[in-house]
Amino acid sequence: MKDIGTVDQVNIEARVAMLCKRSIKNQAKIAGLKMAISMMDLTTLEGKDSAGKVLAMCNKAMHPLESDPSIPSVAAVCVYPNMVPVAKKALKGSSVKVASVATAFPSGLAPLPIKLDEVKRVVEMGADEVDMVINRGDFLAGRYDDVANEIAQVKTACGNAHLKVILETGELETFDNVRLASFIAMQAGADFIKTSTGKAAVNATLPVTLVMLEAIRDYYYATGKRIGMKPAGGIRTAKQALQYLVLVNETLGDAWLSPDMFRFGASTLLNDVLMQLEKQRTGAYQAGDYFTKD
Amino acid sequence: MRLTVQKTYKMFVNGQFPRTESGRSLEVKDAKGKFLANVCWGSRKDVREAAVAARKAFGGWQKKTAYLRGQILYRMAEMLERRNAEFITELMAMSGKTRVQADQEVAKSIDRLVWYAGWADKFTQQFGCVNPVAGSFFNFSVPEPTGVVGIVAPERPALLGIVSTIAPVILTGNTCVVIASQKHPLCAVSLGEVLVTSDLPAGVVNIITGKASELVPTLSKHMDVNAVVDYRSDMATFKASAVEGADSVKRVIGHLNITEKSWYDDKKCQNPYWIQEVTEIKTAWHPIGV
Amino acid sequence: MATEKPAARLELVNERMLQFGGKWQYASAPESTEPVKLEKKYNLFINGKFVAPKSGRYYPTINPATEETLAEVADASDTDVDLAVRSARQAYEKYWRKLKPSERAKYIFRIARMIQERARELSILETMNGGKPIRMSRDDDIPLAAAHFFYYAGWADKLEYAFPGRNPQSLGVAGQIIPWNFPLLMAAWKIAPALACGNTVVLKPSETTPLTALELARIVQDADLPPGVVNIVTGFGATGAAIVNHPNVNKVAFTGSTEVGKIIQRAVAGTGKKLTLELGGKSANIIFNDAAIDQAVEGIINGIFYNQGHVCCAGSRLFVQEGVAEKVIRKLNDRIQTLRVGDPLDKNTDVGAINSKMQLDKITELVKAGKDEGCVPHQTRCTLPKKGFWFAPTVFTNVAMSNRIAQEEIFGPVLSVLTFRTPEEAVEKANNTPYGLAAGVWSDKGAKLFKIANKLRAGVVWGNTYNQFDPTSPFGGYKESGFGREGGVQGLLPYLSLE
Repeated sequence: MKDIGTVDQVNIEARVAMLCKRSIKNQAKIAGLKMAISMMDLTTLEGKDSAGKVLAMCNKAMHPLESDPSIPSVAAVCVYPNMVPVAKKALKGSSVKVASVATAFPSGLAPLPIKLDEVKRVVEMGADEVDMVINRGDFLAGRYDDVANEIAQVKTACGNAHLKVILETGELETFDNVRLASFIAMQAGADFIKTSTGKAAVNATLPVTLVMLEAIRDYYYATGKRIGMKPAGGIRTAKQALQYLVLVNETLGDAWLSPDMFRFGASTLLNDVLMQLEKQRTGAYQAGDYFTKD
Repeated sequence: MRLTVQKTYKMFVNGQFPRTESGRSLEVKDAKGKFLANVCWGSRKDVREAAVAARKAFGGWQKKTAYLRGQILYRMAEMLERRNAEFITELMAMSGKTRVQADQEVAKSIDRLVWYAGWADKFTQQFGCVNPVAGSFFNFSVPEPTGVVGIVAPERPALLGIVSTIAPVILTGNTCVVIASQKHPLCAVSLGEVLVTSDLPAGVVNIITGKASELVPTLSKHMDVNAVVDYRSDMATFKASAVEGADSVKRVIGHLNITEKSWYDDKKCQNPYWIQEVTEIKTAWHPIGV
Repeated sequence: MATEKPAARLELVNERMLQFGGKWQYASAPESTEPVKLEKKYNLFINGKFVAPKSGRYYPTINPATEETLAEVADASDTDVDLAVRSARQAYEKYWRKLKPSERAKYIFRIARMIQERARELSILETMNGGKPIRMSRDDDIPLAAAHFFYYAGWADKLEYAFPGRNPQSLGVAGQIIPWNFPLLMAAWKIAPALACGNTVVLKPSETTPLTALELARIVQDADLPPGVVNIVTGFGATGAAIVNHPNVNKVAFTGSTEVGKIIQRAVAGTGKKLTLELGGKSANIIFNDAAIDQAVEGIINGIFYNQGHVCCAGSRLFVQEGVAEKVIRKLNDRIQTLRVGDPLDKNTDVGAINSKMQLDKITELVKAGKDEGCVPHQTRCTLPKKGFWFAPTVFTNVAMSNRIAQEEIFGPVLSVLTFRTPEEAVEKANNTPYGLAAGVWSDKGAKLFKIANKLRAGVVWGNTYNQFDPTSPFGGYKESGFGREGGVQGLLPYLSLE
């Protein structure tokens, strides 16, 4: 872990600012937006979630816009453990995966055996993917081995399920910390690294995402292993989604422009993307009332 | 003949134009003693609200680039120039000036804003320096804004006075609470309308009208005001301010006894050290070595 | 010093190379040229009016990206230059030198504002005439030009504070000759401080990029500047020579090649004219093992490919500490594949057209020399347009200090990569050039940045950044990169007498 190097804040922000100036128009915009949909982890993570809400969301996940079959289904739905059976049943036979948060999401502040048990249970219930949180307390206290050890144990508990490791970058504060946490997670067995729970004051940002993409790139150069990336929280507009895709396109390139390697964790993003696609199709700016809120 | 719609003169706080919370008002009369308008008789609580707004605005205003702050001051000059007729009318009515005199005051106020606008990206070069310390260190000193500054604007000239006292304070990144001229407050309130259309962030300048005897001590005692610059008080009042300011080691600065005529004198009242006196010098040491 | 070729292990590892552009391509996003109203013919701007050249000669100015003629531009003769200098002299004596400094300031503020107002149009025109990507003219050239006028406007009535204890006096007529790489920005760098200090101006833009300077002439008209305070004459080297040699010019300011700079210095010698020269460079970018590598790589890319490498301070020599050399080269090679080369008007273009046929020939010749001497080129894989002047971004590895590409200013998108082991070796190699314009140092250790900055013989040293410009910050070179500074308080000095 010694040689991972550092990140320069001013320059990473300048690079993001430059990439945000990319002008994505016409065919590129349509292709980008459809790609964004195919990469979405459609998410509901609220205490008041109900089976009805999850069912509606699953329906939308499979057929985002009934009237337009050219629009792909999303990559996965992301729910709390108790909702996994509901989602699993609703999505049966479709390509949409079920992702469950686990490990005492969002704080991660529970004894490890309980967290491991939770992971095993959600996998048994049918989760294809597990979104865990790292122990930020351990990380900020410098107990990196403990952080890594926990991730490794969760990975084992996942079995065949894919593991996404949430760094909760908003609590790590510095880019150097984000980079270090990314490496810890990748080395400990993460299939994906993920920015945020969506529950912190600061969630996914473009600079943090670029820092993580660069960490993934360095890990690939060093090991040949491709780790996936998932920004989550705060991505609400089609324009933002395209900016994230530009980052991927110009940092990691073709191999990462796929739902296998890149995901958006979002809840309201889908409707904005659909509205923009309709705008591209019809030439008229759209209104929210014409799209179902599920 | 058509009856004109008159303007309600309110205060300028946090980018808005509230009435005083006290509900009190003061009559403003013209030079011949005829009623002109009612203005707010601001209270201690109004000063408190203004100080809160100024503190909130401080961080963002300080972080703006010097170039941007300069452009905003220049924009203030542009806006004042476009509205000079209104200010000339007010000055004539309020302080009994002839058109020529009023025109001169407005023109001078505009040029003074332009002069200070140019300092926004230069005061650091003027008052900062690199220090050749004996040792392997890179050592430099830079002036930084002191924070929230209270300004007691002079009674006259009503417009030139307030413009000349606000500009040097805010160009470095300070925010301020201004006690406007008590006898001739109309231009100060109208200046708020210029400021609000100059891209100046809300809360950077807050203008309170009312009685100095009530408002100035509130400013001097306020623990979250970092400096008070007084251009109006008599010696005894100023001394009392300075004593009260000691509780928070406030920078209490007096430029008293400036005559009305002197405000037109660039040599006297267009002074880069009025910028400097509400800044703090920060010195940084950094080692040099592989 | 160690000049032997670096070890062959620096060659690229081809496995694990990233692939770009196969999955998602950006549609072209060209900026509309609608705001630009081109004239068929442009005259000289003398004494506040556009006048036909006495020479009667015009020449075509083209778009280097398409080779289409944009307009005919006057070619000023000695007589035309004489008229321009006379008008500048008259304006100086009769009006400008006597004007109250605060009024002078307000004129310059007006120019700044009008450049901001017409920013879109000026940036499109800059791109059409010069070949630089619209993103750069839009985000850098034009805003910085306005900022420069704004900054120096503020100095016009504050000169006594800049030089306390002296009585700063204007010089008279300034003759100014500027290059084609940042046409309007260089005009601003020259005109703004000259006017602020109370001088009048005869400016000659480069023969290949005269159009934005001529638009600036219109702004000068619109701002109601007294006739003759700013004169703009277009033409070739002979026009420039006429300005330099005119007996009624008091100050000569030149930005361009070191070769021409030396000719000017000889011509001006002993005439009493004040002279500033901003000339060529072969600037070094030094990366230490402890640098934030991804950001350093971005800085190298920006340092050399910004504006097609047509930057006097371009970081054309890269010195990488051996511990990270492999890593840096691998990243560079992947990174240059994402550079978007092509239509300068496309908002997504990173690298535009080479400014002229002549410049393209020079770059091509030096790159061939690099290959002949055994240096290994790595280029952006891109299809270059058929029309216009283009050169694919190129990174050379296996370069030795003695190779021509490591010695001569290429002024194009060509980088030479060399390595070093110790800080002292880096400094020695970086300083081992007749030039001394700029340098970049990349390290996470602040003390080291300052130490290396102290030792570098260069006028500008960027730490963990590159190609930053600001009107408040002086710019200019050591040694054969010229003398005098532009920008900041120091930028006033060339235009004042402090006797």
